[in-house]
Amino acid sequence: MMLEARGVRKSFDGREVLGGIDLQVEKGDVIAILGPSGSGKTTLLRCLNFLERADAGELVFDGERFDLHAATRRDIARVRKKTAFVFQNYNLFLNKTVLQNVTLGLTLGAKMKKDAAREIAVRSLERVGMAGRLDSYPSQLSGGQQQRVAIARGLASNPEIIYFDEPTSALDPELIGEVLAVMRQLADEGMTMLVVTHEMEFARNVSSKVLFMEGGAVVESGPSRAFFENPQEERSHAFIRSILEARGGERSQE
Amino acid sequence: MNERLWGILVDAFPKLLGYGVRVTVPLTILSFALALLIAVAVALIQYANVKVLRQVCRFYIWIIRGTPLLVQLWLVFYGLPSAGILLDAFPAAVVVFGFNEGAYMAESVRGALESVSRGQLEAGYCVGMSYMQIMVHVVLPQAFRTAFPALSNSLISMLKGTSLASTITVMEMFRQATVINGRVYESLGLYTEVALIYLAFCTILTWLQRLGEKKLASYGGVRA
Repeated sequence: MMLEARGVRKSFDGREVLGGIDLQVEKGDVIAILGPSGSGKTTLLRCLNFLERADAGELVFDGERFDLHAATRRDIARVRKKTAFVFQNYNLFLNKTVLQNVTLGLTLGAKMKKDAAREIAVRSLERVGMAGRLDSYPSQLSGGQQQRVAIARGLASNPEIIYFDEPTSALDPELIGEVLAVMRQLADEGMTMLVVTHEMEFARNVSSKVLFMEGGAVVESGPSRAFFENPQEERSHAFIRSILEARGGERSQE
Repeated sequence: MNERLWGILVDAFPKLLGYGVRVTVPLTILSFALALLIAVAVALIQYANVKVLRQVCRFYIWIIRGTPLLVQLWLVFYGLPSAGILLDAFPAAVVVFGFNEGAYMAESVRGALESVSRGQLEAGYCVGMSYMQIMVHVVLPQAFRTAFPALSNSLISMLKGTSLASTITVMEMFRQATVINGRVYESLGLYTEVALIYLAFCTILTWLQRLGEKKLASYGGVRA
């Protein structure tokens, strides 16, 4: 087991958002975290990277235990060193060029030499097809391009796992494909990924496992194929049906 | 215009300009540097929500913004000596102008800091940067750009405000005008002349501001 989370709890102003979540990730897993909005998917992801402080919970990463509530600054740095996080709205550094966005973490965070950082950055940007825009600023890029740069920024630190928080939700429909293509390529290369998403095609065809959440609890988890073809829980079934119906509605409108 | 008046104005011009360049401008630059230092420190303390110090900053802003600049100036120069604190006129002016404008600029900087998306900070943490590194390389530069027009405003307002230093015996451009006027009694002409020199200085600053804004605009829209 590469990564395991146990009993992750989180409340905001007395409202429970996560009611004790367990999660296991093997190396090479691509896990789609599905569920209706407000089910706690994003909060779970943010707690795992300490962007949100869980009220309770434990993280075991490469055999090392971390307290999700009381982790020290050093613990947090250790965990973040092995992870990358891709945000819904990219969060590229707006005052930095594409190249600088990728090198900044390497030179300042990882104390790497400028030349070495540049080399790694260019290679990461090549992987997402953005090496041709090194000197552009985020505001000069489309949303899809920004998200690809953000993925390259994550890749540059050579993480063991990448967390994606609704990576395509802020994108215009015609830009979603290019980001999903990059993610699919990473999955094919064996990258371990935890993806909060509403993209059913991705969950069904790219992810190896599904974690279906509702109301701050895991309703069902297992291999993607089994989840979509033969969901065990009534709630999962209803969710899949509602998504398919919504899609059918979209199609008939077109 | 009669010839006598014209002669007075022509004679006065190099003297006024000289005091402007040698006193008013340095006074403005020093005061502004102090104000900027205070403003960034005060804004950062509030942004990072440092306990106790945060209260001190609010108190400072409250006092400064709630009392007239002229009163602050007189209090420091004429008042403090009775409490054993004796400052020369020029440094007293720098301190008062610096602390005064610093309070207003702190609010501009704080507002600009808060306008930078928290996501920038989170993204920085996720690539292993420290709070300080993110502030220095990402948040502060973006905030500076947002605050730039307001800070330029403060600089222009400060340049004109230095004329108040004449009331605490600093021989700057306006006091020089009053001195010349004391000899020749040509208030309308001389004060118009000194006003025009201030206007010229401020015009240069406005022009510099536009240049600066153009340079800062290089990375495009602030919002993605």
